[in-house]
Amino acid sequence: MTVSLRSDEIYELTENDNLLRVQNNIMQNIIDFISQPWPWYVAGPMIALVMFGLIYFGNNFGMSANFRNLCSVMGAGKSCEFFDFDWRKQKWNLVFVVGTILGGFIASQFLMDSSTVGINEATKSELVGFGMLDAGEGMMPESIFNIESLLTLKGIIFIVLGGFLVGFGTRYAGGCTSGHAISGLSDLQPASLLAVIGFFIGGLIMTWFILPSLLTL
Amino acid sequence: MKYIKYLILGTVFGVVLTKAELISWFRIYEMFKFEAFHMYGVIGSAVVVGIVITLIVKKSRMKSLSGDPIIINPKKFSIPRYLLGGIIFGLGWALTGACPGPLFVQVGNGYLVMIVAIASGLLGTYVYGLLRNKLPH
Repeated sequence: MTVSLRSDEIYELTENDNLLRVQNNIMQNIIDFISQPWPWYVAGPMIALVMFGLIYFGNNFGMSANFRNLCSVMGAGKSCEFFDFDWRKQKWNLVFVVGTILGGFIASQFLMDSSTVGINEATKSELVGFGMLDAGEGMMPESIFNIESLLTLKGIIFIVLGGFLVGFGTRYAGGCTSGHAISGLSDLQPASLLAVIGFFIGGLIMTWFILPSLLTL
Repeated sequence: MKYIKYLILGTVFGVVLTKAELISWFRIYEMFKFEAFHMYGVIGSAVVVGIVITLIVKKSRMKSLSGDPIIINPKKFSIPRYLLGGIIFGLGWALTGACPGPLFVQVGNGYLVMIVAIASGLLGTYVYGLLRNKLPH
């Protein structure tokens, strides 16, 4: 059986086909965009909008405050007055933390195309030179950040000492990257600028002078 | 239900930190080596947009969702607290490749060993609480 189509019918068919193709292309572009690593000019403004959301809800953007909140939840207020406050008023921030864990899970499970991190080739070969053979593969160097390495000096320094310094330093400085570098600088606070300068002094000393010996441990 | 908006906002934050590789130890190392613009671009553009947002909030005397005036508290300036505290955090930032937010997002990404780093961070915060009156502020 042969089906004959009039020329306007053929035209309509190709038009529909084209429209479908365009729609598919747009969908594909959106999917591609979501699954690729996001560029800085997408991430930066989105972080500022998260900050605005918290301000608009009558609170503030400060992640390290949750370390203090969690200490208080665990009863640190009984032995130290610094933690003796009603942490229930900070519940919103703890819920925010649960969200960040969930977001990390969702992104890593469903929105990632590849696990490699596209760092500078020079950085990568330098790290490989320090014996870090998995440089750029995954978010973290799993050769250091794994459960077994907690039994080694290297693992204890990177994970346990590192975490300790983050917890101690952020509370001493009264904030971290979210509270000082984003919120504080956005409000042009001199204290936050000084804190950020401090963050960089510490980070540069560690990266340039101390990490070379630690990475080769 | 009051808290669901914070859960959503936190989830967005966790997705952004993961998708822009801001939770990557490698990205932090690369930043401190000045070998890529990425991290500077993220923090820089967040601050630029943040300055505009903060200005608008202040100038328009914006009310919060619940109708109360929004108050952004200024930070009391002093040198030792921000400089010393900042340096100590910076040392830890370069070691763990994470600030407090990313530590939690790393756990969500399946790096469960970072729970130990968080626990250690809690201990660090607690020790600060104990020594607080003896430290220069």
